[in-house]
Amino acid sequence: MNQYAYYPGCSMKGNSRHYEESILPVFREVGLPLEELDDWNCCGATAYFSVDDMLAAAICGRNLSLAEQINRDIIAPCAGCYLTLRKSNDFLTGPHPKASKILSDLKNAGCEYHGTVGVKHPLEVLKSDVGFDKIKALVRRKLGGWKVACYYGCQLVRPYTDFDDPDYPTSLDALMAAAGAHPVDYAGKTRCCGGSLTGTIEEVGLRLNYILLKEAKRKGADCMVTICPLCQFNLEVTQAKIARTFRDDVGMPILYFSQVLGLAFGIEKKELGFSRSIIPLKPLWEKLGNGGSR
Amino acid sequence: MRIERKVKYEEELDGNFLTEIKDMSGCREIDGCIQCGTCSSSCPMAVYMDHPPRKIIAMIKNGFRDEALRSFTIWLCPSCYTCQVRCPAKIKITDVMYALKRLAIQQKVYPSRFAIPVLDREMSHLIARYGRNSELWLILRLYLKSRHPLAMLKMAPLGLKLMKTGRMSLRRESIKNRKQLRSIVNAVREGAR
Repeated sequence: MNQYAYYPGCSMKGNSRHYEESILPVFREVGLPLEELDDWNCCGATAYFSVDDMLAAAICGRNLSLAEQINRDIIAPCAGCYLTLRKSNDFLTGPHPKASKILSDLKNAGCEYHGTVGVKHPLEVLKSDVGFDKIKALVRRKLGGWKVACYYGCQLVRPYTDFDDPDYPTSLDALMAAAGAHPVDYAGKTRCCGGSLTGTIEEVGLRLNYILLKEAKRKGADCMVTICPLCQFNLEVTQAKIARTFRDDVGMPILYFSQVLGLAFGIEKKELGFSRSIIPLKPLWEKLGNGGSR
Repeated sequence: MRIERKVKYEEELDGNFLTEIKDMSGCREIDGCIQCGTCSSSCPMAVYMDHPPRKIIAMIKNGFRDEALRSFTIWLCPSCYTCQVRCPAKIKITDVMYALKRLAIQQKVYPSRFAIPVLDREMSHLIARYGRNSELWLILRLYLKSRHPLAMLKMAPLGLKLMKTGRMSLRRESIKNRKQLRSIVNAVREGAR
């Protein structure tokens, strides 16, 4: 099994610390403890490609080099980080005439990079390195028939399509089923949440998220399960405004897949960051029956 | 009502625009566009756009430089890559949008105080300088440079909720080895000159 360097990115240290809080114990449980990449820098996300694509690749190159120096592949739980690092990796090791210049700039700064690092999202690692059979075997707690809408968003399944289908992916549904939850047939699973547009053009963000939330509710989901900090944030924090704008209080809890998985593994509820939810989780705990204790 | 000519004469077009875009990263395949419209019909943002993606590609191919660079379309692209994976001509449409954004920023042809390019630039500044993004600082800078500062007050209820759940940090994040990052950033910028 591979050893991974954990690349948190800005969100896991900020608004989505419950993603970090839940993914670390989950990966300990599956036998792949995650060690944080020392002195990682931000990936630049969609912003840097819009401003300077050469610098965007170069700053990601620093992270790739740091991982190469300790001989690890990178695991990036944020779909934005995952895509940005992977895209930069392809650029730096590809035929683009400017790639070699950037590699030599990196080398001169002490960040030599030979292109040996792979970039993966935890969902992919759980699917290919761990396997859903092992996940099933680790389940210690019943989820009380939770119906979940699995939301993949954009950048985990696109533009790279080697890990799952870009329009109708199924790996998160299979993982949630292995954990004992009941995935609903969710048509919005790869429809965009608007990304940073939610913070810049409110009307766009509200409508896109409302479409996603309403579809999940229509399918009878008790909660939505996400794999990306920005998706989680958008779907959760827009709900108050959506209730006012569209006169429809959806009240949909938005969890990270790692929180649900950790719960199924029997990890203490308080160790999985559930207290950081803005939408009340009471209906979920009631369905769980015993209040979620081990 | 003002009567204006609605059609551009050929001499007003930029004959080099296509070549310029094709030389930018990810834009090589743009020639292959068959104007099928799969991109426009796949785009979750198309309903907000002044020109849908198919038209933007046609504009590039035909030298409508100003129209493409001044279009809201390029800023509304959230990089969801739906059009890109569906394009039968394998055009990396998201990368084409990125290329147009870069040109528009370089040539300062976006509306001033328009939030999306402001956010892109501010986030890039923060990262080039400190190596890390700090969510609160980014939002502050976004508001100062794109909105009325008092608009921040509207964000207060959300800010409080995030504070209460420990999801907002006041700290400015930074990497340890800023010197190394600075030398990378400077070297790449030098090389681009």
